[in-house]
Amino acid sequence: MTATASEFTAPVPVPAPAQRPTKVRKQLTGRTVTARTVRFALLLAFVILILIPLYVMVVTSFKTAGDIRPTTAWSLPEHWSLSGWAKAWDQLSGPLLRTVVMAVVAATVSSMLGSLNGFVFAKWRFPGANIVFTLFLFGMFIPYQAVIIPLQEIMLKANDLGLPKGIGTLIVVHVIYGIPICTLIFRNYYATTVPNEILEAGKVDGAGMWRTYRSIVLPISIPGFVVTLIWQFTSAWNDFLFALFLTNANNGPVTFVLNSLASGQNPDYASNMAGALLASLPTLAVYIILGKYFIGGLMSGSVK
Amino acid sequence: MTAITESRAAARSRSGTPAPRHPRGRWRSWGPGLAMVAPSMVLIAVFVYWLLYKNAATSMTDKHNFNPNADVHFVGLDNYVSLFGESYYQHTLWNLLVLTVVFLGGTMFFGLLWALLLEKGVKGEGIFRSVYLFPMAVSFVAAGVVWKWLLSNRTGDQAIGLNQLFQHLGLGFLQNSWWSSTAAFNMAAMAIPAIWQLSGYVMALFLAGFRGIPTDQREAARMDGASEFQVYRHVLFPQLSPIALSALIIIGHMSMKMFDLIYSIAGANSYAAAVPATYMWTQLFSKSDPANAAANATILLLIVAVVVVPYLIYTNHVEKSQGS
Repeated sequence: MTATASEFTAPVPVPAPAQRPTKVRKQLTGRTVTARTVRFALLLAFVILILIPLYVMVVTSFKTAGDIRPTTAWSLPEHWSLSGWAKAWDQLSGPLLRTVVMAVVAATVSSMLGSLNGFVFAKWRFPGANIVFTLFLFGMFIPYQAVIIPLQEIMLKANDLGLPKGIGTLIVVHVIYGIPICTLIFRNYYATTVPNEILEAGKVDGAGMWRTYRSIVLPISIPGFVVTLIWQFTSAWNDFLFALFLTNANNGPVTFVLNSLASGQNPDYASNMAGALLASLPTLAVYIILGKYFIGGLMSGSVK
Repeated sequence: MTAITESRAAARSRSGTPAPRHPRGRWRSWGPGLAMVAPSMVLIAVFVYWLLYKNAATSMTDKHNFNPNADVHFVGLDNYVSLFGESYYQHTLWNLLVLTVVFLGGTMFFGLLWALLLEKGVKGEGIFRSVYLFPMAVSFVAAGVVWKWLLSNRTGDQAIGLNQLFQHLGLGFLQNSWWSSTAAFNMAAMAIPAIWQLSGYVMALFLAGFRGIPTDQREAARMDGASEFQVYRHVLFPQLSPIALSALIIIGHMSMKMFDLIYSIAGANSYAAAVPATYMWTQLFSKSDPANAAANATILLLIVAVVVVPYLIYTNHVEKSQGS
């Protein structure tokens, strides 16, 4: 998402798919049958609409350059060819690898920070914690345009001081700007899943905050981590703005390189579409394999 | 570390006093929490608030070039005044308004419609949900590659993309130049890919909302003789308004920040599709004018803040009143 995207979310135990409304057995009157059919037809129609861009991407990616003519733009390839994919892989395999490293490291570090912060904001508050938390949250909504000019200067200085250019710089940036959302997700998660009684019991036993966190809270944090890891992985992966300002085609992530390939004067549609698919495969794979959690993370948020 | 904690702990459990009341004790109880958050607080303070300040400061100077040795003077709000006077900038604000209205309207419409179609449970619900949601996992840049093609302005024999599809389907009269037209509402076309990407998200929010309402409420309303329509109108929809508000805020602020999608579909310096976020790029790199770019970005921040800050305060209050 569009990561930056879609943001104000946090896991609460997901009410969603499991708990279907109990079905009331009604007599199947003609009207309900019609209603059901219409509903199903509508749902299918929307599926087709949504899949149109995907169809275009897949079909075009397998065409040869000569096969790409306006008149056959929507048809299946005359000859299925892998040359578009090969070319895209040539140009994108390096950036893809860099982006994997970047997204994994950034997601892991901001999730850990988010877990620590979330625990404190949910269960170990200090005076003014609510205000600090709200100030954190605002950091998630700011348009990054409003920090990017001075950020670019700072990062250039940091590079002079030894921070690796390109991916290294982006990792730092994604970790920092990922803190608000991860903190929010974990705060809401801990607020609903860690009962105060356990903490009180820990206190009575004399456990300090760190030990409480490590031995009671951290072991039950896995669902929270799954959500923040997916979320941060996706947003770091899909980021373009930071990449554009802080990297170049030789050290930048896949979105940056894909965009420079696709914005040429005479676009090679086959390899562009294959490239766009390649650049989307990791997030789609995450989404398909871990989709349940992804949706779980999305669904909660506002339903507190 | 552990040893220290334990011995202190043992001491406390022996004396049996949970939390001492004197100031040092209070420090002891919340000090560790503060220490744990401190690194993040420093990072956020520097990288969010200090940089926002730096940017705002630049916007009030005459730094109209990248020369590091040039003298820079404070000019107050001059850059803002001249920016609002620029017809280019006014055009970007208009585009942003059109984009936001259509984007919000579209995502809310489809999101709610799909949630309504799915909320009672249909065969294959999981598949429908996944398909509706999948565009969200795709980056704006990758989506931009295909939407650039779909929204191509070529018509007639040379048509590709949706225009070509219209021709195929005998709907040639629908052909148009999409976002690149000079019409006042051309940005409505740019909202199409954005709606494609995020309607599923709004659907997920509404669906969770529907599922969160206990079923006996519907039953009770039906017992009282309410029609299906009335059940939705008077029982379900009112309870979804907090979700609708969140969705509006999330989508709205995304729209105001929208950059990637426009950049990758229309290119870096397109006038037709310019919004403040992309114009800032033009100001910075085509016009080499950091001060005006910073002013533009600060205004963008204020626009977002006007929407988001009341919302953050509001949710804070709601939480407090719910005692969470």
